[in-house]
Amino acid sequence: MAGRDVTRTVEAVWRIESARLIAGIGRLVRDVALAEDLAQEALVAALEQWPESGVPDNPGAWLMATAKHRGVDRLRRAEVNQRKTEELGRDAELRSSADEEDLAVAADDPFDDDLLRLVFTACHPVLSPDARVALTLRLLCGLTTREIARAYLMSESAMAQRIVRAKRTLSAAHVPLAVPSPDELRERLASVLEVVYLIFNEGYSASAGERLIRPELMEEAGRLGRILAELLPREAEVHGLVAPMELQASRTRARISPAGDQVLLLEQDRSRWDWVLVGRGLAELERAYATRGPIGPYTLQAGIAACHARARTAGDTDWERIVALYDGLAQLMPSPVVELNRAVAVGMAFGPEAALEIVDRLQAEPALDNYHQLPSVRGDLLDKLGRLDEARAEFERAARRTVNSRQRAALLERATACASPR
Amino acid sequence: MRVMVLIKATEQSEAGEMPSQELLEEMTAFNEELVRAGVMLAGEGLHPSSEGVRVEFSGRERRVIDGPFAETKELLAGYWLWQVRSMEEAIEWVRRIPNPTGEYGVVEVRPVFEADDFGEEFTPELREREERLRAHTEAGA
Repeated sequence: MAGRDVTRTVEAVWRIESARLIAGIGRLVRDVALAEDLAQEALVAALEQWPESGVPDNPGAWLMATAKHRGVDRLRRAEVNQRKTEELGRDAELRSSADEEDLAVAADDPFDDDLLRLVFTACHPVLSPDARVALTLRLLCGLTTREIARAYLMSESAMAQRIVRAKRTLSAAHVPLAVPSPDELRERLASVLEVVYLIFNEGYSASAGERLIRPELMEEAGRLGRILAELLPREAEVHGLVAPMELQASRTRARISPAGDQVLLLEQDRSRWDWVLVGRGLAELERAYATRGPIGPYTLQAGIAACHARARTAGDTDWERIVALYDGLAQLMPSPVVELNRAVAVGMAFGPEAALEIVDRLQAEPALDNYHQLPSVRGDLLDKLGRLDEARAEFERAARRTVNSRQRAALLERATACASPR
Repeated sequence: MRVMVLIKATEQSEAGEMPSQELLEEMTAFNEELVRAGVMLAGEGLHPSSEGVRVEFSGRERRVIDGPFAETKELLAGYWLWQVRSMEEAIEWVRRIPNPTGEYGVVEVRPVFEADDFGEEFTPELREREERLRAHTEAGA
């Protein structure tokens, strides 16, 4: 260990092994909460024993064997307490497999199935998105409650409550630890992908706190996405979700200014993009297309992100293709925000007049009532058309709607520019 | 965090000896495991230094030197780029790199600079740009 703290090694092993450990135990005890308890007990045992005994050669198998033995102990105690016969059945299964060696290393496919079961259970639609996110970070990413609480700027006790409630909800709803049937798969998958997307988005544009991004959440989401892409390689939308995550992560370095402010895509110095991640994102999009499965909203968004990634300079952007992809997106999930983004793309591809028509249709949209981007986009289009008085009014309106002081200052500056003769 | 995992050359790798069937199989399995854990970002093996060159910089001089190079232990035979949560996790993965023959080897792990590590290095031009107004939405991103 060369002076490195064994505790930190145990933590690292836990991060690597916990999901498959919980998933493997889950197959035997068929209960997420119990599986997690047993895995935690194995972790505690490791923390107690490894500093003395050294880290075993195959730490994953050690944890699995320990967790199983704890499970057998528990069930034995339950037996004494005259528990239900159903549980005795599990006991027999558990005992026989506790003798199998190296279960963690062996059997590839069962492991994938175990993990998939855990994924679909942690992301079950019976849970609120917040609960799904918390449970996923805990069960699949191996984060501690404290780490999750810190990432979401919550108290540890509040986060612990959320996780406990989530597990209770699963058990109250009798959610089986199972992979959904083929006819439910797509719908249930959407619930899983949403969780990954939410984690990524919270990292990519933090909703609270002082930092604009939280790279650790982006990284967790990225890893989860890549794991899913290997578990469900034939699902286009999984790759469609991974692709824009890689592409957006590739821009992290260019996206935040030294002062900590956001630099918009078209203003970014593309030499600062991470080109390894760009390559990964584009490859993942190809994998999505190669499945020949139905293209969903994630893959369309991946296509849009890829148009930007392929452009060496902002001026090279293929805006017509972006418009076509937004057309598809607007059909699949019509929303005023998608429509506004489509308008911007139309403006870039076909000129401000065509875009203004779309934006004007959005004026009455209640969902955009307090959205500063609407007047801001409209102001920009009017400005380009030389209708400066109207443009100024829109920039002023946008400035009133934003809570961000830097944004407001910039918008007011733009309004002033419209008033002065050029 | 990301780490670069640098596999140092050995006499065999420098001699251009191909790895044994056994090592290849174990390496493939290990690489698959890295992919399935979401850890693998990139990785390649390198030809021996006899196929490589060095370009030496000195003042305005640029001198091209053909391989092979003598100091085997300082040379590289391959690399990985991994996404991990900590150096400890990286070490744990490195411990699992297969080495069926038990042959001596060295693997070096170096953290990659991340966005958080930058900040001071921005050019004045970028600082200036950042002061300018951006009113339209970040279309599609």
